[in-house]
Amino acid sequence: MMSLRAARRALSPGVRRFSDTSGGEIVEDVSERTGCAQLTTQASLYVHWPYCLRRCSYCNFNKYISRDNNDHMMTECLQKETETLLQLSQVSCVTSVFFGGGTPSLAHPSTVAAVLETVSGQASLSEKAEVTLEVNPTPVGMSKLEDFCRAGVNRFSIGVQSLQDDDLKILGRDHSSRQALQTIEEARRLCPGRVSVDVMFGRPKQSVESWENELSKLLRVCDDHMSLYQLTLERGTQLFKQVQGGEVTVPAEDVTAEMYQCARRTLHQHGFLQYEVSNFAKHQKAVSHHNMSYWKGRQYIGVGPGAHGRFVLPGEGGVAREARTQTLEPDVWMREVQQRGHGTRRRIQLNHLELLEEVLVMGMRMTEGINHKHWELFSPQLSLREVFGRSTDVQELLQSGRLILDDRGLRCSWDGLALLDSMLPALLVELERQISQRLQRDHHTDGQTKKTSNPR
Amino acid sequence: MFFTVTDAVDLSKFPADRIRNFCIIAHIDHGKSTLADRLLEMTGAIAKTEKNKQVLDKLQVERERGITVKAQTASLFYNHEGQQYLLNLIDTPGHVDFSYEVSRSISACQGVLLIVDANQGIQAQTVANFYLAFEAQLAIIPVINKIDLKNADPERVESQIEKVFDIPREECIRISAKLGTNVENVLQAVVDRIPPPEASIDDPFKALVFDSNFDHYRGVVANIAVFGGRVKKGDRIVSAYLGKTYEVNELGLLRPDEHSTGKLFAGQVGYIVAGMKDVKEAQIGDTLYLQEQPVEALPGFKPAKAMVFAGMYPMDQSEYQGLRSAIEKLTLNDSSVTVQRDSSLALGAGWRLGFLGLLHMEVFNQRLEQEYNASVIVTAPTVPYKAVLSSAKLIKEHGSKEITIVNPAQFPDRTVVSEYLEPMVLGTILAPDSYTGKIMSLCLNRRAVQKNMLYIDDQRVMMKYLFPLNEVVVDFYDLLKSLSSGYASFDYENAGYQAADLIKMDILLNGRPVEELITIVHRDRAYSSGKAMCERLKDSIPRQMFEIAVQAAIGSKVIARETIKAYKKNVLAKCYGGDITRKMKLLKKQAEGKKKMRLIGSVEVPKDAFINVLKRKQK
Repeated sequence: MMSLRAARRALSPGVRRFSDTSGGEIVEDVSERTGCAQLTTQASLYVHWPYCLRRCSYCNFNKYISRDNNDHMMTECLQKETETLLQLSQVSCVTSVFFGGGTPSLAHPSTVAAVLETVSGQASLSEKAEVTLEVNPTPVGMSKLEDFCRAGVNRFSIGVQSLQDDDLKILGRDHSSRQALQTIEEARRLCPGRVSVDVMFGRPKQSVESWENELSKLLRVCDDHMSLYQLTLERGTQLFKQVQGGEVTVPAEDVTAEMYQCARRTLHQHGFLQYEVSNFAKHQKAVSHHNMSYWKGRQYIGVGPGAHGRFVLPGEGGVAREARTQTLEPDVWMREVQQRGHGTRRRIQLNHLELLEEVLVMGMRMTEGINHKHWELFSPQLSLREVFGRSTDVQELLQSGRLILDDRGLRCSWDGLALLDSMLPALLVELERQISQRLQRDHHTDGQTKKTSNPR
Repeated sequence: MFFTVTDAVDLSKFPADRIRNFCIIAHIDHGKSTLADRLLEMTGAIAKTEKNKQVLDKLQVERERGITVKAQTASLFYNHEGQQYLLNLIDTPGHVDFSYEVSRSISACQGVLLIVDANQGIQAQTVANFYLAFEAQLAIIPVINKIDLKNADPERVESQIEKVFDIPREECIRISAKLGTNVENVLQAVVDRIPPPEASIDDPFKALVFDSNFDHYRGVVANIAVFGGRVKKGDRIVSAYLGKTYEVNELGLLRPDEHSTGKLFAGQVGYIVAGMKDVKEAQIGDTLYLQEQPVEALPGFKPAKAMVFAGMYPMDQSEYQGLRSAIEKLTLNDSSVTVQRDSSLALGAGWRLGFLGLLHMEVFNQRLEQEYNASVIVTAPTVPYKAVLSSAKLIKEHGSKEITIVNPAQFPDRTVVSEYLEPMVLGTILAPDSYTGKIMSLCLNRRAVQKNMLYIDDQRVMMKYLFPLNEVVVDFYDLLKSLSSGYASFDYENAGYQAADLIKMDILLNGRPVEELITIVHRDRAYSSGKAMCERLKDSIPRQMFEIAVQAAIGSKVIARETIKAYKKNVLAKCYGGDITRKMKLLKKQAEGKKKMRLIGSVEVPKDAFINVLKRKQK
């Protein structure tokens, strides 16, 4: 049974056709025009589907190889938790929805429709709002794409990972490169201009040259968005053990650095703009708006086992943003949702400094960095220049040309972006110092009367 | 039949000719403590039980390592041919790090039991101990232990003893201390072959302090051997070294537990408590006498002299107070450890401790860890160098021509020095001859000069080498053990100072010297140790955004270099909503770490890097 909302969407394809000339409208970029108020009245929604058919050798994500089929119960629980958390958050507008996992393309399209329907019942979800689904490019995944579209999905993120079949085997993927190419084609047919291709580099035995070849092949078939992730060896994964044990070798750091820079150049030459450390889009419309809202420090609600959220809970009388983590294990999570409407395992109130730290760390990942207005939204009392302008550490970074602080704001240079994690500790140290000094000053001067209204 | 003491003992019934003072000396694990246990059991000092395993070794470290660090003493009552004898077993520390203590214990005795393992034969420490006893002109009773072992070869050991020590093989007693076999013969030999102490009850009171302990309630408990006269509770006594006067509160025998007797007479051995507050007031080798009857001090007293130094720092500065009180507690019982406050830019506030030798240091560290749960950073050991000054001005400043350098940062420049001196040791190595080649090349590598080589039987060789102490303090013993599959034994004694071509080596990070890594090295060893330090630093300084040159330099000359390459890429690939918490944790940790980094120029050096370079390598 198709949900009402999905049915409505299905019946009015004109509205959903983002490739139409009216496409400009769909870029619902709240950006800097968003005032302080919107920070708490809007949120994006992440929905976690925890199941996979098999374990990828590099993945340490929260996923489970399900033995019995409890998709139905999972769907009900996802709906229930969505409802509860939206109520608690009291957001009036959900700006985007992202179905991630796990392997969400294993879920039934009706699950997507059901969750979207629940969202619509609690808050406004614009017809134009971005609804992304992560897809494993298997024949089964591909065959369901159309139904997913009918259910309300309007953007696909396809986990191609590699076009080398040998590599796909080492990575433990359950698809072939041919199937990947077919899935891209089908996805582009359904959502032209709104398909992302996810690729991995730094894979075992990979060379800069083979990576370049693979990239040019991908550029011929891809749509307007690419995500390039360096393979990260995570503790506890099979690949990690294999590398530790010497069975598998991964390229040296210098080589992966070269791969990264080479990919950035190549994509640039092909008209892709890098807008984040690992993300590239042909034009502003093609960026992942859902992910952008993370990097811009906006509210998000995480639903499903192990999902994370960052939002204020006025429904519980809260004023500060909370970091929330849902229970990891699907069965336990489901039980909790059934018992109390949500499976939140951990709640941590973020203080002003912690909020700013996240805004900084996330914001600096974007090539545009953090502009003055964006920062002011979260830190009306201390400007970017006030925080970072005085530090000698930061001065050194500025002088080295890796960091830029100018009339636009604070951002990494082309070279600097690749070294962001080496710069962040210095920035965080300075942020903490300035905020604590500011707090002391406030305390000394007008501690009794002034009550600063901290943005959330 | 053995005599058992139930109540008070009338010690006046034991004149000097019915007293025997002896000690047991042996190489590690040759069964010294087991024999002591048997002797104690057979004379009724302790009950015979399964648990009587090495009663005299009280410290956990000692039991684990099969060595005795702190000497224990026991008085035994033994009935021999109708006469009752008082046998004083003066247990000695089992290592030549404590050779001074051993020599003081020995000077309280008239004879020794020299134990040799029937399987292993003479080992390095057997030789060192033998000479101590021989020089003190004691009666030596060779005892061949562990004859119950399958591979025991007492005949061979007897001929080694004959050859090396020139003791007729007929004098050896073959025993199994474990099973008690022939131990009775040992007791008889003690009475028959060891002369009684030459001490007269009519002389003025005179006693040797051969050990001391600290007790929280009573203060110092000193172990003494009475060389003349008598002493009783309430007497006023004087320490010859410090000239301080004390009143005797308590005294008696050690059996091995304290057994108060109220009096001690010439020739006897026991303990005394006299209100001393610090073990430094009862230094080993000191002489005690009655206030009204001053006597000449006994010869041979030397205050403890540290030969190996190491820095000790708390893992975290918040643990400073805890570590301080732990060190204080330990030094209360061990006057031979010298303690100096020190501080390092990298490791914070700590101490520079001086030890008698390597084992002494090891034991101290273990006690610190085990008994006080203190986690410490122990720096690699260094030795005290000396410099003979040539500048009149400096000589005046220091008040002497020769100065001792403990801290490398204070190493005087060559221009004001006529020569540098380094401490030397005479090392004895015993090993099967198949390892001779390997051992000789190891010694050569350590700048050692061979002094002597002797086959002690048709398979085993004894070699004597003069080593710079610095060359044996770090890992010599471990290497020797591993290249000889554990068969070589090693011991050393101090052998004064010798002129040496010493130089100060700097470690530079991008051209800037790092003060806490200044090292004094012999010119011949500069390259290898500089290289090793650079390598260790390279492995422990995290990559940064720029290249870092790690160099070892002598003066302005760079002798070794390692390069830490700059990061070309350092950014997390995936960072979305769900990843933030983990990412923030990591970054916050790095930011916290950054605050604690030591900045050398623009290079950030974590504390761990210093620890990795400075600390002793774990075995």
